[in-house]
Amino acid sequence: MPGPKPSTLKRITPQLLILAAALLLNVLVFPDFFHVDFRNGRLFGNLIDVLNRGAPVALLCIGMTLVIATKGIDLSVGAVMAIAGATAASVVVEGHGWGTALIAALATGALCGLWNGILVAVLRIQPIVATLVLMVAGRGVAQLITEGKILTFSNEGLIHLGAGTVLGVPTPILIWMALGATVIFVVRKSALGMLIEAIGINERSSRLAGINSRVLLICVYLVSGLCAALAGVIVAADIKGADANNAGLWLELDAILAVVIGGNSLLGGRFSILASLLGAMIIQSVNSVILLSGMPPEFNLVIKAVLILAILVIQSPRIGNLVYMLRASGPQPQPDTPPIHANRKEEAK
Amino acid sequence: MQDQMRPMLHARGISKFFPGTIALDEVELCLHPGEVHALLGENGAGKSTLIKCLTGAYRRDGGTIELDGQEVDPQSTADSQRLGIGTVYQEVNLLPNLTVAENLFLGRQPRRAGLVSRRKMNAQAGELLRGYGLEIDPAEPLTAYSVAIQQVVAIARAVEMSGKVLILDEPTASLDRDEVQLLFSVIRQLKDRGLAIVFITHFLDQVFDISDRATVLRNGQVVGTRVLSQVSQKDVVTLMLGRQLEARVHERRAGAAGKPLVEFRGLGKRGSIAPFDLTVHEGEVVGLAGLLGSGRTETANLVFGVDQADSGSIHLRGKEISVSNPREAVTHRFALCPEDRKTEGIVGDLSVRENIAIALQARQGWMRPIPKARINEIAENYVRALDIRLASLDMPIRLLSGGNQQKALLARWLATNPDFLILDEPTRGIDVGAHAEIIALIEQLRADGMALLVASSELEELVAYSTRVVVLRDRRQVGELTGDRITPDNIVHAIAEETA
Amino acid sequence: MFTKQALLASVVAFAPVTAMAADMTIGFSQIGSESGWRAAETTVTKQEAESRGIDLKFADAQQKQENQIKAIRSFIAQGVDGILIAPVVATGWDEVLEEAQDAEIPVVLLDRTVDADESLYLTAVTSDLVHEGSVAGQWLVDEMAGEDCPIVELQGTTGSSPAIDRKTGFEQAIEGNDNLEIIRSQTGDFTRSQGKVVMESFLKAEGGENICALYAHNDDMAVGAIQAIKEAGLKPGEDILIVAIDAVPDAHQAIANGEMNATIELTPNMAGPALDALEAYLADGTTPPKWIQTESKLFTAEDDNQAIYEIKKDLGY
Repeated sequence: MPGPKPSTLKRITPQLLILAAALLLNVLVFPDFFHVDFRNGRLFGNLIDVLNRGAPVALLCIGMTLVIATKGIDLSVGAVMAIAGATAASVVVEGHGWGTALIAALATGALCGLWNGILVAVLRIQPIVATLVLMVAGRGVAQLITEGKILTFSNEGLIHLGAGTVLGVPTPILIWMALGATVIFVVRKSALGMLIEAIGINERSSRLAGINSRVLLICVYLVSGLCAALAGVIVAADIKGADANNAGLWLELDAILAVVIGGNSLLGGRFSILASLLGAMIIQSVNSVILLSGMPPEFNLVIKAVLILAILVIQSPRIGNLVYMLRASGPQPQPDTPPIHANRKEEAK
Repeated sequence: MQDQMRPMLHARGISKFFPGTIALDEVELCLHPGEVHALLGENGAGKSTLIKCLTGAYRRDGGTIELDGQEVDPQSTADSQRLGIGTVYQEVNLLPNLTVAENLFLGRQPRRAGLVSRRKMNAQAGELLRGYGLEIDPAEPLTAYSVAIQQVVAIARAVEMSGKVLILDEPTASLDRDEVQLLFSVIRQLKDRGLAIVFITHFLDQVFDISDRATVLRNGQVVGTRVLSQVSQKDVVTLMLGRQLEARVHERRAGAAGKPLVEFRGLGKRGSIAPFDLTVHEGEVVGLAGLLGSGRTETANLVFGVDQADSGSIHLRGKEISVSNPREAVTHRFALCPEDRKTEGIVGDLSVRENIAIALQARQGWMRPIPKARINEIAENYVRALDIRLASLDMPIRLLSGGNQQKALLARWLATNPDFLILDEPTRGIDVGAHAEIIALIEQLRADGMALLVASSELEELVAYSTRVVVLRDRRQVGELTGDRITPDNIVHAIAEETA
Repeated sequence: MFTKQALLASVVAFAPVTAMAADMTIGFSQIGSESGWRAAETTVTKQEAESRGIDLKFADAQQKQENQIKAIRSFIAQGVDGILIAPVVATGWDEVLEEAQDAEIPVVLLDRTVDADESLYLTAVTSDLVHEGSVAGQWLVDEMAGEDCPIVELQGTTGSSPAIDRKTGFEQAIEGNDNLEIIRSQTGDFTRSQGKVVMESFLKAEGGENICALYAHNDDMAVGAIQAIKEAGLKPGEDILIVAIDAVPDAHQAIANGEMNATIELTPNMAGPALDALEAYLADGTTPPKWIQTESKLFTAEDDNQAIYEIKKDLGY
């Protein structure tokens, strides 16, 4: 893969710095953090865990970034994960192969995405409300499929997707990286990225410019559904069972957080999937700090909240302006772009 | 006489840099008490930037501001309000759902025992507004009143809160003639009270009507401050443009049109526009005239598929086609520059380059991205051809001035190589220079054989470029003028015929 | 065949069928089916009623107290002989319990208690969560017999009463045994996937060879942890001893496979003792104690876990 272009690098610099800081924090609480060795036929180490355990949120945030870029939001992804996991599990339990299960799960995810997309794009229901429907109902659907229990399976092929390795690398890592790279490639090499951004910034203008906003909107929710389905399959495969009650629970919020940490505005428009993926890894690094620190679990949420707050404060426009001004206070006016969010304010005029 | 008085506001050496451009270069502005001072310049000359520096909305990169003899350094618009500089923008920045009185007193309501006393507030508001010659019920929501009255309420609020300097940024842009007079009477009152008033507008008539002096900006620099009673409009325009506007002598081109391109038969939509027949030929500009709300924009939207017709048919080169949405219209090589640039035209956060390419890209479909080099070539061509002024093609289009945005939108559609171009108010809110350029462009496109449908509320303009004028009233077509009959008087007559 | 029957009896504890119960009608207001255990409780309750010839009227409240109250009122209106309630919350029951009392219908609480006057219900059948934890702890104390054993603990959802009580019970049991020490304790939210994730971090933070035993507050987390241990190249059940609570079918299977060592049953059969008490009360007015504690039975490799698994897996877990 060719290296990122300078403009891309500039865009993801804050995320890279924060990720570095989060990893450093891990090293502080656990000095051997970066130690990776080969054990039992697989790469083994905390860094691998971060990449592996971050897979569900990373997958979700790929679709979520696109949805948010259109000024939307998809609250249903956690529930869709549960449905897809339950579907895959029930298919293999009935004796079909893992390929069938995967296709069935992805089809279910696509169907869920299509449902959301139609509610948003055709019926013009606000995204937060439209996807709330499936968020609430979806888990019930998943429970119907699993009949309320953890549907345990032993299909090696399916399990491999979540708990297996390819050349020693845990499969989920390869899946999210491959899907991320593919979507980034497709979105940026085609005109999709620009058209999605245009819809997010000004849907009416975009429509008047001849963009088929309806189909594009349905598409982004479809992609989000597919990403969620894949995440659901991985999570189920990881524990060899579909847990309709808990699979993907609250993960939609982590996915949204990853997108925000990735510097993408919830108001839509310009987006960077790469930055969102870094955001997902940042969140997982924070989780890792909590687990490795050995602090009593009563502190988990407090630690997470403090760290996330710190990240968001560092990224806030005010602080960004401050940094910009400190840098610009040199002898030369810096021909630098203002920080990421700084432009928003002026739109009010 | 005024020159001997101490200035109310004296800004000196104001500079502001943006990445890649110098927006303001050591600008000086001196306002006397009791003066209406016009701030003039083409779009992009630096008027808005100067205002933003004075009100603290932008941090200036250099210069001092003296207010009433004391040096001040406003950090925000709220700060400048406290200091005495109030601002009223074109789009009234009040809260439409609140009452007039609430808008006037928001944040500083008269209180009784810690509670807002609504009755007291309404009484005070009523009294205050009577001082401006407004007899309205302050307990009504703001939206119950016209934009002009809302404008006056905004002014009243700004004056009550600030009281030394009042900045009016294009206050008349959306007002009709009577409303402008109402506004001007208020301005004259304030002037008598000793306020220093900055008046920003594109309407030179109004400038001469109400202003005492004018400061003209060009490319971020002051090119002159003039006492208006001593100069002519032409002098001012020359200052603004830096060159004499060549007088355009218009030649009538009656019947010069080519083959019929697009034909609308009985096209209409209930509640929007009554069914109409219209044929537009190649090499023809059909003007749409009528008062606000007469159906000009409705016609344009129907023709372009923004709204869906419930009767009639559309024929392109004799073949019936379906135009049920803008996408279909674009595939038939129709193009529409909408009236409301901000909400229907530009995609604000996208770059100028992307904004120019977007319609062409939408027509090609997402699978076939236009190569970067090709986009650059197209964008650069049109930037040159239409003289779009910008720091870089990468800058977000919303940072461009109104006229340059309009030209970029024209570039967007010209890039799709349209056969039928619909322009809705193509010159609204843009400066004199760009205005003339756009009229010249329309003429040139017509000469190149394009079919154009242009809706405008400016009669002179319609007369200048139309080969035919369709007159609308009350959402239906009521007349058509051709050839030598196209004059402002005739159009007015046609509009007024039945109502008179 | 005979052993299987005996096992069934030990798991589900069928009571002898009494002739007089034949025409008894009992109402059962269940919370819902939010977990496998809950589903199993419903199944077992229905089986218990059927084996006694009791006509069981079942109402699923779908996690809502108002639905439970409605169901109870309709039971009262139908004039049932007794009511079983698995209360979804602790408060707000006084009024409807009084109505039942006025109608002279005895009420037995299952699985959880309520904040109401004791006189308003006949008895409550629940498990003692602290006791469960201490059974787990005692097993480990006996198993290690003085040998040094660093323990990692997978807690339930932080702040939930099962997590607090099961932790307390375990700590009480191992107290005074200097060879046993909890070296890491973190929440796994009672879920299989979090159990796996947290166990992974334990294995890395402490090193698998430095962990002697795992205590998980429920079996789901233990099942997840087993996978983490296997992926780390260790043998669960041998390299790291595993004891958990609930005795769900997957835990029995894990024990049968030698990947887990012990589990303590939270029996889904709350209805058995409850119906016993109701029958005795209705027959001759025998007043049961206000709290009937269910047995917290320990299952280890010595039991025929494969057979128990076969029986339990159809209960709806």
